[in-house]
Amino acid sequence: MTAVVTAAPEPEAPAPGPQPVRRRRRLRRRTRDMLLGYALVLPSLVVFGTFVFYPFVKNFWLGLYSTPPFPGLPRRWVGLSQYRDVLTSHLFTNSFKVTIEFVLLTVPLGIALGLGLAVLAHQRLRGIGIFRTIFSSTVITSVAVASLISLTLLNPQIGLLNYWLGRTGSLSPLDDPKWALVAVAGVTIWQNLGLSFIIMSAGLQGVPDELFEAARVDGAGSWSRFRNVTLPLLSPTLFFATVVGSILAFHSFGQIDLLTEGGPQEHTNVLVYAIYRTVFKENNDGKAAVLAIALFAITLVLTLVQLRILERRVSYER
Amino acid sequence: MSADLAPGFERFLVVLGVTLLGAIALGFVGALARPAIARRARAANRYILLCVLALVVLFPIYITVVNSLLPADKIAARPPTLFPTQLLWSAYSQAWTQGHVGSYLFNSLVVTFLIVTGQVVTATFAGYAFAFLDFPFKRTIFVLFLSTMMVPFEVVFFTNLQTVVTLGHVPVVGQFIGLDTYGALAIPFLATGFGAFLMRQAFMSLPRDLRDAAELDGYGHFRFMWRVAVPLARPTVAALTLFAFFDAWNQYLWPLVASDHYRTVQVGLRQLSRVSLDQINVTFAGTVLAAVPLLILLLIFQKQLVRGLTAGAVKG
Repeated sequence: MTAVVTAAPEPEAPAPGPQPVRRRRRLRRRTRDMLLGYALVLPSLVVFGTFVFYPFVKNFWLGLYSTPPFPGLPRRWVGLSQYRDVLTSHLFTNSFKVTIEFVLLTVPLGIALGLGLAVLAHQRLRGIGIFRTIFSSTVITSVAVASLISLTLLNPQIGLLNYWLGRTGSLSPLDDPKWALVAVAGVTIWQNLGLSFIIMSAGLQGVPDELFEAARVDGAGSWSRFRNVTLPLLSPTLFFATVVGSILAFHSFGQIDLLTEGGPQEHTNVLVYAIYRTVFKENNDGKAAVLAIALFAITLVLTLVQLRILERRVSYER
Repeated sequence: MSADLAPGFERFLVVLGVTLLGAIALGFVGALARPAIARRARAANRYILLCVLALVVLFPIYITVVNSLLPADKIAARPPTLFPTQLLWSAYSQAWTQGHVGSYLFNSLVVTFLIVTGQVVTATFAGYAFAFLDFPFKRTIFVLFLSTMMVPFEVVFFTNLQTVVTLGHVPVVGQFIGLDTYGALAIPFLATGFGAFLMRQAFMSLPRDLRDAAELDGYGHFRFMWRVAVPLARPTVAALTLFAFFDAWNQYLWPLVASDHYRTVQVGLRQLSRVSLDQINVTFAGTVLAAVPLLILLLIFQKQLVRGLTAGAVKG
């Protein structure tokens, strides 16, 4: 390393000059590299500082003050009492419950369906490429596109799903307290199916074919091969999909805003939507900040718990 | 039960039942017949299953496209038209002009372009610094980068809104990044910890001697980055670009709150969802138009996109 550390114009023959000169050159080069390093990370750090770290810290501060009923009036220090009040309020407990339900409805089924399609499409058949493209096709649907498609499918007057289920003219499932969250979850699963399929397929492609062949030679049936070869080898992928999927589901907002606006009777009022409403309908950013911190804490705990539990069962042997 | 069901649905159930029975019969043939026939039967069975699933997955997209090509009164008519004989394209021009989908798409393209460019540049710079340069607190700064991934945007969006409003009051700069500007829509996403991490990994996988050799040839850091490191990391750059594009294009919460003037296509769809039923074909056309750019990307860059979406998934 030290042999190359010169910025001499003729590097092939490093000038065998006196020690101090080389030392000084090396030092100057080091300083230059150091400054360049800082300059290169600076743009990112400015963005992070302004739009990640600063608002994150500010949220904690906002939570300590009660927001005035009219803008312009001074904030009043209320300390931790606002945290206690908000976290024990019906708004929070209900949103928390709804969000957990939503995650449980979407994540396991979404992963299972993606895995099922991926296993089916992971075979040598003529024209299988077409099916792969079809199964991944829903990645092109954004939350808004998927929501609009389902909004019309579930419309009480013109919705085809309502019509086929003999429910034309009656309540849309989105307005039915019993079914609203299930309907929103169904839309979300469909929208994310393409992504789930792509991730699972990529995982399957990483499993060496010889293992399947070996299992087949040993007389393992297709279910046994799935259970004893595919699943264990796919566990890192499943683990990744569970973590990322849960975090995404915890932060769902668009489909709620477009499909139900939190209703009927708060049955789909997930946490992010509750935060949004608290900010824009109630103009109460102090309360919203507490909700946001709770959302952050839940995400953090969830990630850590998942890491802990899944780490033990995940096979990383490749 | 069956009295409640529409006739179309009954027919659908019959078709489904026959298909399933056929599949089961094929399954028996597969299990009992001679190997040559059995293999055929099993293959046919798989195709049936794949086709049924493909239909289920594609149906919502298909019906949206069909409805965008029907007059509004035909959409509401029963039994529904599933295979239109006459295609009516006027809903698309209506969505484009009166529905403003044209300008929504333009806004989305501008914002997405800003975000993708910003992310790729900042990620390349930071990734290069972490991989090839030595400076004090490098590890700390890297951990700081990674920690940004722990703070979801949904936690800070309303505080960021206040920041953007404040930035709008700054002279000169405020015109570009204040509330209701393209800049405001893009600026919180111009750098990501994920992107920097991805580029760092890509640069670190390059042979160490490469930098030394380039240095002997008199390459400075920028020339080395631009001429050697980035071209060699092209697959990662492509994956990051596509991932950033999808992410930026699909954003909903921030464009909804940060700009009323420059609506992106996702927020524009929210507007379109509130039209009356006699114009519902325009809504369908707008929905299709909003999905077209990503469809094109998917068809052209399927491989790179998959790599971007699964980055980290397989290596775990």
